[in-house]
Amino acid sequence: MQDSPLNIVRGRDVSFIKEVEAESGQNVSNCYQCGNCTAGCPAAFTYDMQANQVMRAVQLGLKDQVLHSKSIWMCLSCSTCSLRCPNNIDVASVMETLRHMARRENIVAVPRMDKFWMSFLNTVQAFGRSFEIGTMVLYMLRSLRLTTDVDLAPSALSKGKLGFKPHVIPDGGAKAVGRIFKRYQERAKREGVRP
Amino acid sequence: MRIGVFVCHCGSNIAGTVDCKAAAESALALPDVVYATDLMYTCAEPGQAAIEQAIHDYNLTGVVVASCSPRMHEPTFRRTVERAGLNRYMFEMANIREHVSWIGKDMVANTNKACELIGMAVAKLRNNRPLYAQRFDITKSVLVIGGGVAGIQAALDCADGGIPVILVEKEPTIGGKMAKLDKTFPTVDCSACILGPKMVDVAQHPNITLYACSEVDDITGYVGNFDVKIRRKATYVDWSKCTGCGTCTEKCPSKKVPDRFNENMGLTTAINIPFPQAIPKRASINPQYCRKLTTGKCGICAKVCPTKAIDYTMKDEIITVKVGSVIAATGYDLMDWTVYQEYGGGKYPDVITSLQYERLLNASGPTGGHIVRPSDGKEPKKVVFIQCVGSRDKSIGRPLCSGFCCMYTAKQAVLTKDHIPDSQSYVFYMDIRAVGKLYDEFTRRAIEEYGTEYIRGRVSKIYPDGNGQYVVCGVDTLLGQRIEVTCDLVVLAVGIEASHGASHLAEKLRISYDQYGFFLEGHPKLRPVETNTAGVFLAGVCQGTKDIPSSVAQGSAAAAKVLALFSRDKLENDPQIAHVNPARCVACGKCIRCCPFGAIKEETFRGQLKAKVIDTVCQGCGICTSTCPQGAIQLSHATDNEILAEVNLLCQY
Amino acid sequence: MNIGYYPGCSAKGSSLDYELSSAAVCRELGLVSSEITDWNCCGSTPAHAISSELSAALCTRNLMQASKQGADVVMTPCPSCLSNLLHAKERMKNPEFRKRVDELLDEPSKEDLPEATSVMQMIGRMYNTGQIAAHVKMSLAGLRIAPYYGCLMSRPADLMNFGDPENPTLMESLLAACGATDILDFPLKTECCGAASGIPHRPLSSVNSGRILELATRMEADCIAVCCPLCQMNLDLRQKQAGRQAKTRFDMPVLYYTQLMGLAFGCDEKELGLDKLIARPDKVVDKIKALNTAVREAQGGKA
Repeated sequence: MQDSPLNIVRGRDVSFIKEVEAESGQNVSNCYQCGNCTAGCPAAFTYDMQANQVMRAVQLGLKDQVLHSKSIWMCLSCSTCSLRCPNNIDVASVMETLRHMARRENIVAVPRMDKFWMSFLNTVQAFGRSFEIGTMVLYMLRSLRLTTDVDLAPSALSKGKLGFKPHVIPDGGAKAVGRIFKRYQERAKREGVRP
Repeated sequence: MRIGVFVCHCGSNIAGTVDCKAAAESALALPDVVYATDLMYTCAEPGQAAIEQAIHDYNLTGVVVASCSPRMHEPTFRRTVERAGLNRYMFEMANIREHVSWIGKDMVANTNKACELIGMAVAKLRNNRPLYAQRFDITKSVLVIGGGVAGIQAALDCADGGIPVILVEKEPTIGGKMAKLDKTFPTVDCSACILGPKMVDVAQHPNITLYACSEVDDITGYVGNFDVKIRRKATYVDWSKCTGCGTCTEKCPSKKVPDRFNENMGLTTAINIPFPQAIPKRASINPQYCRKLTTGKCGICAKVCPTKAIDYTMKDEIITVKVGSVIAATGYDLMDWTVYQEYGGGKYPDVITSLQYERLLNASGPTGGHIVRPSDGKEPKKVVFIQCVGSRDKSIGRPLCSGFCCMYTAKQAVLTKDHIPDSQSYVFYMDIRAVGKLYDEFTRRAIEEYGTEYIRGRVSKIYPDGNGQYVVCGVDTLLGQRIEVTCDLVVLAVGIEASHGASHLAEKLRISYDQYGFFLEGHPKLRPVETNTAGVFLAGVCQGTKDIPSSVAQGSAAAAKVLALFSRDKLENDPQIAHVNPARCVACGKCIRCCPFGAIKEETFRGQLKAKVIDTVCQGCGICTSTCPQGAIQLSHATDNEILAEVNLLCQY
Repeated sequence: MNIGYYPGCSAKGSSLDYELSSAAVCRELGLVSSEITDWNCCGSTPAHAISSELSAALCTRNLMQASKQGADVVMTPCPSCLSNLLHAKERMKNPEFRKRVDELLDEPSKEDLPEATSVMQMIGRMYNTGQIAAHVKMSLAGLRIAPYYGCLMSRPADLMNFGDPENPTLMESLLAACGATDILDFPLKTECCGAASGIPHRPLSSVNSGRILELATRMEADCIAVCCPLCQMNLDLRQKQAGRQAKTRFDMPVLYYTQLMGLAFGCDEKELGLDKLIARPDKVVDKIKALNTAVREAQGGKA
């Protein structure tokens, strides 16, 4: 937690504001804090900082606070906030930008979200297409939440909704996708950021 | 010619980024310039005195001031040179503030540009000729367009000042939006009770002629002498016979007519009188719904009318009046809030506008002053007010604040509690803007004494919950939480825009308007009542958002302007108008066709057809001069020679 | 018009029924497309959640594959896939971004990638009401349908080109063309269902899906019609979870709009994958049949 009270002169990181604006393509000073982004946010109840508070913290350049917030991981990317913002700010894009920035700095405030996404992408990397059961197994192992959705398994399996065999792209397509991931991971390593 | 050049510092406004001293010195090299200097504030008294002194000391015959935009101070300096004995048109202004110092920071480049602009002004001045105004007679009467509270006040003040007033109102009654309101903030006094007497005064004042159900079709002419065509729309009732007894409205069989006066919150009859205190209290027929006029079968109102006032054959009538001045007081309308699909886009019956809510609160409204839900007629217990619907919203192109919604919302919350003591009101707001006298105290009362729950945040969505109530999805930004309120009725404080049709009227009046249709005042601070067309004044919300006291104040201010204008018996014209050189004119008629003011006519000159400018009508726009293939029409004070001199000078650099 | 078909991964797994019913409806209408050879996963939410460039690379490869087989437009049933394809296309207009994405690909991307659209929009574009109605064997008249689009299909509006982002109506027009008369004005039609949060944070999907199921139930819908595999999964497969969260039990069939259209076209239930639905659609099917029988009998009686 930060020192209290928050010193917004010392805590202010102007280059952070610029960086967020450049990467998200949004002018954060347009936000006048009406809160409409929060009012419509389906994930608001899981946030530690509400969407409008994230916007406020970005306006003030409070980099640490923002990049450590759980909210940027819990955002569902439904873009209801962007749709209804009276100032035409693409709030969802700001949230996504902040998450990308946090990952690059290796700050992962909600590890199970990252683990879930990586589990999903690992199956894509391996087979070229997503593999639902594979994702589940990887995620359960990584998050140690071994009972995730076991209640659904009987019905899902009996309806043939989940296949035990991954869908592999024929004709070497899977390898092409694997190469995309490989290049992506190598570049991340070169640039010193979390892939 | 002996020219003096005065370069103004405007404090640091100009001197901050222009080397004024160097600019003045460079002017000395220009032909005919015999004196040049720089002054701290040219427009201030010492500055003007210095100009006058220099005119005397150096026998100047022309003056250039390099300072700000001519908009504000050209008249100032013209008076200055006139006091020193020069003709006021032997003066030129170079705008080195708005066009130079305020838009660039490079001192060298700015100074160069300033020198060039001064050079152009000198070049033009060397070609200037003295011009003399003509005096003309005026018609001392005023047209007031719009019979809301601003127009009523303007009309009454002019009439009290002895000026004949023609008041034109497009609706069947005067009173405007204020007549629809129940109570007024912050005193919570009855709107009809305070407005009613003024409306009656309008009807009874010997100096006021009221044309209701009428619109201005066309205006030509100029300050002092406007010719106005007024369209008196067919009401199908002869108002000279109608006594307003109301028998016709009782018997009319067409009873399902949307009630415009009640903001469509109820139904009325095809022939109706808008409300009991209407002025004029006369019936009119809505031809869209009248059975006689749509099917030819009915005629009941004609049968029951005791004075035989009904006339189904009535047509629109155009009348022509002459006035010397015009006051526009056309007010406002609500923006089309149905663009808010997230609020139901108008399809939920219990999501209504504040103006509709006023009609529900009003004892003469469709429910007799009982607050009920339009959907089922039940009394609501939980009422949500949402502010800034269509205000301060860039995403729909309306960044403006509508100004008075914060206050009437507080008032409506208070009245809701008065009407339904066991009700609870919630107000979603972004900021409370309560800057008038006793205003903030009033909003505090709404919260402290009436228990209105103010929630700081915008509302993202409203939807029916399937049980007859509505879910309002908002936020409390102070709490940092999403908020949901389940309620019975939602009242939207819908943003305002200029009255529909305001932009058309502006074009007829030749005044400017902004993107929302609000008329542009002469100067945002110092000429808030005037327009850029002489003799046309503004009152009320047509100029920009205002509450009732401000509208009334501006109505009086506009009247004062009219009275001041008419304190003279003759006016002077502006001699900067077009002139035809008959020797060059080939009577092609192009100038006649392009003139937006109808100021050019054909006349026979020494047996030949030639164009002729009507001095008093010409506004000096110059369109004819650039259209004339022969160069036969020249605009005084902007002749080809004068303009080419400026261009030539610029090309030397 | 050469249409490339991009099924998306779920079409081969959890939303097999969407794929089956879409194929059946397209076949009935005569909408011909060819599946993109070698297509890969668009990366879905996880890819864009961690990197716009990775997401764009995966999508660009698909668009290039489509281009290679001569497609001028790619259509997909899945709004998430479509959103990713369109976002990638849009972002690739930025030369700097494109350079970074090209670094990830086997071959540099093409300048003019094919258009992308949804199967729903393609049907709407190619067939008018009359042409669709001509295929109807069993009208949907009388069935109370709550149309639900989810959050992705209609926004961002300028990208998805799906009409009013708060109130899209294409699904309603297609169902109305199939005779549907009682389509509910469903106010939550574009609210988010909780998306992919079901696994990592269940309350997110339970709460949001629960709200949708609750309102549809209260509005006495016979079924919810959906167009997104993820929405369908949250509302159907996770219906019990949502019920537990809301301390109730929902019994709301959640059908793909293509399954409803297929039923109207008289397709076989199995062919439409109705057996894959968790909340049993029997009462929907029965109601359609009953209503149609009643109408036929009434007409027969008259004749």
